[in-house]
Amino acid sequence: MTNKINVNEMKLTPKDFKSDQDVRWCPGCGDYSILAQVQRVFPTLGIEKENFVWVSGIGCSSRFPYYMDTYGFHSIHGRAPAIATGLKIAHPELSVWVATGDGDLMSIGGNHFIHACRKNIDMKMLLFNNEIYGLTKGQYSPTSERGKITKSSPYGSIDYPFNPTSLALGSNATFVARAMDRDPKHLQKMIERAGKHKGMAFLEIYQNCVIFNDKAFDELTEKETKAETTIYLEHDKPMIFGKERDKGIILEGFEPKVVSLKDGKYTEDDIIKHNETDESPVRAFILSHMTDDPNLPTPFGVFRQVLKETYNEALENQITTVTEKLGKGDLESLLFSGNTWEVKG
Amino acid sequence: MENEKTTPVESLDTVTVMFAGDSGDGMQLTGTQFSNTTASLGNDLNTLPDYPAEIRAPIGTIYGVSGFQLKFSSTDIHTPGDSPDVLVAMNPAALKKYLPTIKKGAAIVVNTDSFKAKDLKLAVLDSNPLEDGSLNGYKVYEVPITTLTKEALKDCEISAKDVVRSKNFFALGMMYWMFSRPMEPTIKWLDQKFKNKPEIAKANKKALKAGYYYGDTTEIFTTRYEVQPAKLPAGTYRSISGNEATAIGFVAASVQSGHQLYLGSYPITPASDILHYLTKYKNFGVKTFQAEDEIAGIASAIGAAFGGSLAITTTSGPGLALKTEAAGLAVMTELPIVIVNVQRGGPSTGLPTKTEQADLLQAMYGRNGESPVAVLAASTPSDCFYMAMEASRIAMKFMVPVILLTDGYIANGTEPWRVPHESELPKFNHELETNPEGFQPYSRDENLSRPWATPGTPGLEHRIGGLEKANITGNVSYEPENHDLMCKIRQEKIEKIALDISDVVVDGEEEGELLVVGWGGTSGTLTEAVTRARQDGFKVSRIHLKYINPFPKNLGDVLSKFDKILVPEINLGQLSKILRSTYIVDTIQFNKMRGLPFKINDVKEKIEEILGGSND
Ligand SMILES: Cc1ncc(C[n+]2csc(CCOP(=O)(O)OP(=O)(O)O)c2C)c(N)n1
Ligand code: SF4
Ligand SMILES: [Mg+2]
Repeated sequence: MTNKINVNEMKLTPKDFKSDQDVRWCPGCGDYSILAQVQRVFPTLGIEKENFVWVSGIGCSSRFPYYMDTYGFHSIHGRAPAIATGLKIAHPELSVWVATGDGDLMSIGGNHFIHACRKNIDMKMLLFNNEIYGLTKGQYSPTSERGKITKSSPYGSIDYPFNPTSLALGSNATFVARAMDRDPKHLQKMIERAGKHKGMAFLEIYQNCVIFNDKAFDELTEKETKAETTIYLEHDKPMIFGKERDKGIILEGFEPKVVSLKDGKYTEDDIIKHNETDESPVRAFILSHMTDDPNLPTPFGVFRQVLKETYNEALENQITTVTEKLGKGDLESLLFSGNTWEVKG
Repeated sequence: MENEKTTPVESLDTVTVMFAGDSGDGMQLTGTQFSNTTASLGNDLNTLPDYPAEIRAPIGTIYGVSGFQLKFSSTDIHTPGDSPDVLVAMNPAALKKYLPTIKKGAAIVVNTDSFKAKDLKLAVLDSNPLEDGSLNGYKVYEVPITTLTKEALKDCEISAKDVVRSKNFFALGMMYWMFSRPMEPTIKWLDQKFKNKPEIAKANKKALKAGYYYGDTTEIFTTRYEVQPAKLPAGTYRSISGNEATAIGFVAASVQSGHQLYLGSYPITPASDILHYLTKYKNFGVKTFQAEDEIAGIASAIGAAFGGSLAITTTSGPGLALKTEAAGLAVMTELPIVIVNVQRGGPSTGLPTKTEQADLLQAMYGRNGESPVAVLAASTPSDCFYMAMEASRIAMKFMVPVILLTDGYIANGTEPWRVPHESELPKFNHELETNPEGFQPYSRDENLSRPWATPGTPGLEHRIGGLEKANITGNVSYEPENHDLMCKIRQEKIEKIALDISDVVVDGEEEGELLVVGWGGTSGTLTEAVTRARQDGFKVSRIHLKYINPFPKNLGDVLSKFDKILVPEINLGQLSKILRSTYIVDTIQFNKMRGLPFKINDVKEKIEEILGGSND
């Protein structure tokens, strides 16, 4: 097994993962970057090419499988997590990846999403969050900010949005992270981390839709503002940010607050150290909510990673235990089980 | 003991018994025990449980009544009987509910202890039927079952509540005596069931024996009955329900095809038992997934089918409605899945615990676009076994979704089944594709079936999905001519199945005035109705359809040989519609939706009405 992996690692290159289909996203769409980073990371994961599978729903983002030269299934709106679940249960040795959009996963597929998280089904889920319905030409989505003016909300949307990382944490996903299309290096790292996680790995990616929601994430992605508006989470490191790395996050009770490290009042020791592997999800939940507070930087990186038995492992274990106890199933005895009696001719 | 000799024993061909009481009275268990014992004596039998949809309906009310009807016979029979010869009523509500269904002059055994004023009030009765003459003309046996049970168990060290609960075994004991059945099978069962509660086992056995000896020593019952064993073909038999047969059928299909069995399912009455059974068979490598909803049930099955499993999903009408869109995806991706729909009364939540055949058109046409699937229907409880195998075989051979229709009646009803040996079962397999040379995901074999290439196979990486596919390459295609071609191929694939299934066989003469056409779970009733009409001199033939899409290839011919075609269905005429439009024939409809199987006599009368005076 190990041998085989090494050989493959040497052999595979990003080009091996490019399919022969023309990519048809709009020029400038953030999806291109996600595709490129996935193609860069895949050869490094040590997994045989034939064992990768991409499953998607419907949306611009869900076209993703066509552009990857792996097994792929472009399914129906919202159902990718459920299809991926069945495939992974049937075939546990596969590396199953889901490409989905904010409408696909947070709206029509919401139920499948929370249950796949809850059950810790071993799949890697990449949410292309552009805060809009791209493919249907620009209606507000469950992640659009309130008041958004779109074709289906000409006077401003009155819905409150979902925060996908909070939802994932609340549903007990065992890996929850965020990245953006415009930071390829970090995105690669996050894809790699997700790919190596055993269990449900949820990665939200802020993705720019140039056509229907352009610049939605500019504050977070553009050089001028980025340092002040974002914070990169690193395990066991204090939560410091700012152009001059002069600001940090402290917790007052359950409330995160920005403090200055310049005026002598606070030192690095006062700043909270990020701990991805905290048993309790509470801290990660608080961090995920920083996203919604305009006075706080938006976190990127791994919010939480814990390891626990996956659904498919538990099922295989149960099959083994029951088989050890009852012996391998024998059809003849199953047919003749229960109350039988003889009728003589 | 003396009385055993003095009570006359009457020999009968066939008896129908109804055990009825409050849901808490254990009547399903009593009925099941009586059936198992009766089956082991070699009688042919057929059962129909009739229980409320509510888990704990108010005690003593009509809603809370639970009944178990069984018919057993010395000849072969096909239905649980129209009208019971004997009714055991544990309370007034049970008596009120089933009195209108039993034969005139039938025997009624009542538990007089539960005919107090408050019991009558709960059953909404103004007067006591035991006193007001409403039972005139019946053989009424008044037995204080609760009192007698308490008396018999007075030395048992169990709670007063458990004592009263044992009264169903007293009633069972009386019936064992009345119908000359041995107590041993139930005694053995009790010892096994209450291994860890020996006091309860002891109490129930005591109640059973007390009931038996009560029949034996008192002179209250004027007759004892005997039903000789039926002349069934030789072999080993077991009693089987449709749901269990369905479950075992899929396990057999998995073993015979070499494909791992995967079930994605969401609980729904009356289909849940299939999930319950299959989840036990882990040592057969069966993987079951209790999904978050019906959509995830079928979607996960589609995922498993992509991975090379024999993938199925089980549900009832409302669940089939939810699976609609995903079923279309299976059509488009040409993946083999089996969808089992155990039909119940609809529309909407309808009659969850009752039977109906009203999902046929949903199964045939309930998807967007031109979206043909194969549709099969099982005809009896044990036939579910063979049809589950057949559905699996067709799905894999033709790479198509198959809908297998059963219904609440055959799913929960039981019949004796001559168990086949593994060696008698067909083997079938649609091999997985492994050869990368010239591989095309939508190339086709002689059945128009595409290769089944699964993730994990080196060199066959490809993409499938719900967008229209170019024939052969499987690439996304919006080409007008290709779409036209693909719609026709998907349809032709289903039509080709007709060459792979058996012709329909006519029961009776192959031409004549009247042909009765049935499908699915009405097989038993229609067989008996036609048989009885023939005994009365009527000339009538019968066919029963188990393949509805496609129909057997000789069906058109068969229909054309008859002047009149009667189509009895537990719906408003759904098969009739399809027959009329497919074969441009006229049909006479017979439709009744009571949540119950047809009454044999109703169908027989319809046959007689059509044939008029021609029985001379
Ligand atoms: C059952 C169903 N309902 C509605 C649609 C229409 N539809 C297609 S994609 C989509 C939303 C896509 O938004 P998102 O998931 O955010 O993906 P994006 O295009 O933004 O990447 C909708 C509503 C559909 N294809 N199927
Ligand atoms: S509409 Fe938006 S999301 Fe869709 S491809 Fe174009 S830019 Fe990308
Ligand atoms: Mg979107």
